[in-house]
Amino acid sequence: MHEISLAGGILQVVEQACARDPFERVTHLRLQAGALAGVELSALRFALDSLAPGTLLEGAQIDIDELAGRAWCMHCSTSVPIFSRLDLCPLCEGAPLQPTGGTDLKVVDMRVV
Amino acid sequence: MCVVCGCSSPLVAPQVHPHTGDLHFGAGAARVSVPGLSQERTIQMEVDVLGANKAVAQQNRAHFASHGVSAFNLVSSPGSGKTTLLCASIVALRKRAPDVPVAVIEGDQQTSFDACRIRATGAPAIQVNTGKGCHLDAPMVARAFAQLDLHAGAHAEGHSHGNDHSHAHTHEHTHAPVHEPSARAILFIENVGNLVCPAMWDLGEEAKVVILSVTEGEDKPLKYPDMFAAASLMLLNKVDLLPHLRFDVVKCIDNARRVNPGIRVLLVSAETGQGMDAWLDWVLGVEA
Repeated sequence: MHEISLAGGILQVVEQACARDPFERVTHLRLQAGALAGVELSALRFALDSLAPGTLLEGAQIDIDELAGRAWCMHCSTSVPIFSRLDLCPLCEGAPLQPTGGTDLKVVDMRVV
Repeated sequence: MCVVCGCSSPLVAPQVHPHTGDLHFGAGAARVSVPGLSQERTIQMEVDVLGANKAVAQQNRAHFASHGVSAFNLVSSPGSGKTTLLCASIVALRKRAPDVPVAVIEGDQQTSFDACRIRATGAPAIQVNTGKGCHLDAPMVARAFAQLDLHAGAHAEGHSHGNDHSHAHTHEHTHAPVHEPSARAILFIENVGNLVCPAMWDLGEEAKVVILSVTEGEDKPLKYPDMFAAASLMLLNKVDLLPHLRFDVVKCIDNARRVNPGIRVLLVSAETGQGMDAWLDWVLGVEA
């Protein structure tokens, strides 16, 4: 359940932004989770809901965009989109693929008052 | 910032100027007060949630390098034989490379059983209990490394850090003439037994080593792909038991390469010593 740690990391990022550029609270928070980031979105939502009360995130609407992963297909010598580390190349249906992107969890932006 | 006087008063209008008492109705984010229009504003972030951990991990990496320490992050599910393998590795390393100091950071939710087992081999160990936590993170490792003799010993010798890092030293620096650390040292970081969460946390290690025992399933690399993708080396442990098991070694390696085409694989047994030379070659960076 590392999503609790990730939720704590998200709050930390928000608090740091507030220290730089003060605001009262967050109304909308937009996250981006790569398909290969190892994040279970429902667990992350649960963790954020549990964490939010009494913080800058209380009452905030949280949107999480899931971003496809990218991988290099050694057979096709090209970059292809994948959604799990077990996916085959969508072009040649071959493996192995070397993941190259979609491994991050990011705070994209937020609306604040 | 207020466009009238340049004050940096934030938030909702109206705001009272701290010096003059003037009221600013346009000091909020919208820069204008319009009834019904909120002062909501957007802050662009594009911040990696694990960025703070990665920054500390990079400090650890630089710190290890400046102390001549090669750090390896050992990950596996509970019961793969990590601690037994580690004890056997320490004993074998001492015979093979007696000048190379070895230390261990032990991660578990509770108890210091594992650190006690390591200390019984004569190697220094620091137990980190994560409480409810399911993984070690870079700040925990930074704190634990500061407690170790690997760290203190190198400072007592007198040396210069090749980089600018800040860490809480519990001892005085005696920075004598600048030199590279003479003896390399090995730091094993035994992560919490968990094939999921530790994959995401960089500790500043040189490499992650995933340990899979043959009493588990050969399909584990596919069930827990993030971990096998993050590791540089897979140790297939307890291979002395293979005659008694239905475990397809070739299939297991294929599965690991499916999620990580570049992963190295070594077959070892802490019990019989099989494969230990190759493993120590890898640890010492002397493999052919």
